[in-house]
Amino acid sequence: MNAPVNPDRRQVLAGGGALIVSFSLTGAFAQDQAAPAAAPSPLPSPPGSLKTSPYLDSWIRIDADGAVTVFTGKDELGQGFKTAFQQIAAEELDVPFASLKVVTADTKLTANEGYTSGSHSMQDSGTAIQNAAAQTRALLVAEAAKRLDLPAEGLKTENGAVIAPDGRRLSYGELVVSDMLHVQAQAKSTLKDPATFKVMGQPVPRVDIPAKVTGGAAYVQDMRLPGMVHARIVRPPSYGAELMDCDTSAVEKMPGVVKVVRDGNFLAVVGNKEFGTVQAMMALSAAAKWKEHASLPKQDDLASVLTSLPAQTSTIFEHSDPAARGEKTIEATYTRPYQAHGSIGPSCAVAQLADGTMTVWTHTQGVYPDRQGIAEMLRMPPANVRCIHVEGSGCYGHNGADDAAADAALIARAMPGTPVRVQWMREQEHVWEPFGPAMMTKLKASLDGDGKIADWNFEVWSNTHSMRPGGAGCMLAAQHMAQPFAVPAARPLPLPEGGGDRNAIPIYTFPSAHVVHHFIPDMPLRISAMRSLGAYHNVFSIESFMDELAALAGADPVEFRLKHLDDPRGRDVIAKAAQGFGWRKDQKAPRDRGYGFAFARYKNLAAYCAIASEVEVNRETGRPRLVRAVAAVDSGQVVNPDGLVNQIEGAIVQSMSWTLYESVTFDDTRITSIDWQTYPILRFDAVPDRIDVHIIDRPGKPFLGSGETGQGPAAASIANAIANATGKRLRHLPLTRKRIKDAIDA
Amino acid sequence: MMTLKVNGHDHQIDAEPETPLLYVLRDDLKLNAAKFGCGLGQCGACTVIVDGKAVLSCVTPLVLLEGKQVTTLEGLGTVSEPAPIQRAFMEEQAAQCGYCIAGMMMRAQALLQRNPKASDEQIRGELAPHLCRCGTHMRILRAVRRAARLMDTAKLLPAEQRSAL
Repeated sequence: MNAPVNPDRRQVLAGGGALIVSFSLTGAFAQDQAAPAAAPSPLPSPPGSLKTSPYLDSWIRIDADGAVTVFTGKDELGQGFKTAFQQIAAEELDVPFASLKVVTADTKLTANEGYTSGSHSMQDSGTAIQNAAAQTRALLVAEAAKRLDLPAEGLKTENGAVIAPDGRRLSYGELVVSDMLHVQAQAKSTLKDPATFKVMGQPVPRVDIPAKVTGGAAYVQDMRLPGMVHARIVRPPSYGAELMDCDTSAVEKMPGVVKVVRDGNFLAVVGNKEFGTVQAMMALSAAAKWKEHASLPKQDDLASVLTSLPAQTSTIFEHSDPAARGEKTIEATYTRPYQAHGSIGPSCAVAQLADGTMTVWTHTQGVYPDRQGIAEMLRMPPANVRCIHVEGSGCYGHNGADDAAADAALIARAMPGTPVRVQWMREQEHVWEPFGPAMMTKLKASLDGDGKIADWNFEVWSNTHSMRPGGAGCMLAAQHMAQPFAVPAARPLPLPEGGGDRNAIPIYTFPSAHVVHHFIPDMPLRISAMRSLGAYHNVFSIESFMDELAALAGADPVEFRLKHLDDPRGRDVIAKAAQGFGWRKDQKAPRDRGYGFAFARYKNLAAYCAIASEVEVNRETGRPRLVRAVAAVDSGQVVNPDGLVNQIEGAIVQSMSWTLYESVTFDDTRITSIDWQTYPILRFDAVPDRIDVHIIDRPGKPFLGSGETGQGPAAASIANAIANATGKRLRHLPLTRKRIKDAIDA
Repeated sequence: MMTLKVNGHDHQIDAEPETPLLYVLRDDLKLNAAKFGCGLGQCGACTVIVDGKAVLSCVTPLVLLEGKQVTTLEGLGTVSEPAPIQRAFMEEQAAQCGYCIAGMMMRAQALLQRNPKASDEQIRGELAPHLCRCGTHMRILRAVRRAARLMDTAKLLPAEQRSAL
């Protein structure tokens, strides 16, 4: 970290004029009165993840041969970040897109950017890379100015080189000196004018797709290290089950079996061949005798379960206008069940203990927190554990990835030198992944004499929405060891982003509003972060209730929303989605069809999204089908429009599946939704005819993050369309065929 | 020991006859495309083509494959010389995480081989055994339709020009 200060570089920086860089080694500059570091007030911090990892060389490396490598602490999960980051760096550095290499999350190589979650990657890492690239380019220009003895202002950059007005050209490789980029970023960068963008804003094809469609090695599941063995876990049959007895001798004699690993309630088998190991797992499972405990709540009465658990209640928003008078009041209760991430490929990890270092290849969403948890579990210093992100099967949430990583590390510790690949089975993923938490919301609101909302009351009951590794206790292997690590106490995620209360505060302007969060610390089912956290249910509730209020007011749902919304960018996406859909006041859908509308700004601070949908309901069977959806999204400056469209299309389709079909089932002891028969999700027969996504680009505006913005609006838009089609309001997720049929028949 | 023909090549396989084809492809032959998703025949991620038909390799035992031709996604084309179905999925950017995609492509390939003019309804019906969690369905359907058009065009051209497509 403390590289010696190169006096030449100081001159470079001074010569650069526009660029003021503060060094970590402040001793060297402490007496330099010209340096802004000496200013009495603290400097504003640089943007994005440069705040926490300020060195430019944490983000960008330029080799003497001109090769440029970009580092991000975020993961590629299928959202297309690797490509988007490459576009950003290519744009701001002025190097050809294809010449760049992007290295993603790896505790040995990249900055600690926490989790790839919360629609934060563009804001955190994208912003850091953009600014680091711009400042790097400025340093290179300054160095060229010095060498050419020309003013920096007259130089331009192109194709990985600085070009002088007389045509002289110095490549970045020639210009870079050993530690030129080992400087802290300054607060402000001179970014390119978006009007000049050549790579950003273009639908550049994703760099990860060619391997994925030709059978290339693209996933951690595809890793085959020399000498690698296969492992399977025998998980307990239910939460808290204890392994009373297990005669492993017969399994140990099975052909190809290398080892049986038992540590308390953690049981695994290792073999040379994969299918032989699966067979050994089945034999071991048959030999294991467990003591189970009936600890699960009643699945069919989640509202009572949630309201009967102890809760920490806090008012998170209060605004009161005594002049506002409500005349007509309605109230409603909405619920959401536990729902599964349900990645198509069960979780997988590879681990190897070699030369005192445990290396884990994992599809975790947070290599650094994962490393911390694994190090704690193994009682090793974190520096001796390396976690490398490799893509797995997606879902955009906290599936079994971290648990599989811990499983692999625990087994690899028992087999020094040997790489161990752990692959979960289907039922293990379905039973043991941390689910999206059940939630309940109670809403009550009044309309004034003009049909406007006078007061608004919103209460939400929820667990936390993240039990991601904050330590070993979050991982199954550590919980199941003979000397177990306790599950850490759940904490509510702080506002303004929130967890269970994410998007609980309305974005609309109401004269009086009161929002209460009942945080439930006890977690009867294992839960953690599912795409959009509490926003999915809160937006479903708010936007359903807005339609109920619009109906009470006799107003058009779109007009009613606009009447209560001041935010101009929010108004723009609503107008755009309505226009794209062909939404008309006093419209009437054909028989058995309905139109629905919903809007939210994710977390009230990220991307804006409005969705209009048309749903068809079969009155005989109750079967709903989303016919078409039209979305409008404002995600700030767009880097890759096709990537953004892909994310929003996917959000609508995934949310539709959650909304129409999905709930985790359980009896008093066991999870009973154990595969795709017992946990059905969307199939192709129910895929919409079309989905249109309209982007409102905001050149030069900050990246807002859009991966989760569609989940809530899609759910509410569909629910509103079902209500429009049937005249019945469904308030309990999922909006199944049976519930719709029962409502029609009621 | 039995002989298994995969992507046009004979392989001597030393595995129990009940071993599912998926494990032979991934573990013995080190092929990546066919994926383990459920092992139950419920999700389609493991789909390959056997004698022209889409087959769930996770529930197909090795013993049933004697003398048959197995084709995996690797056998269709490469990044530099993609088959029409691969080119179509690239052009439509029809993936997010992409884990389910190889299986989808193989079933679509089998469909288009026997019915290059498959209707949208037929494509949806054919893909019914396949699950995708990222919600890429719209693009997958577009990619299959594009593949049908590309295959149609390819047939009209002399063989030596096909690789340039």
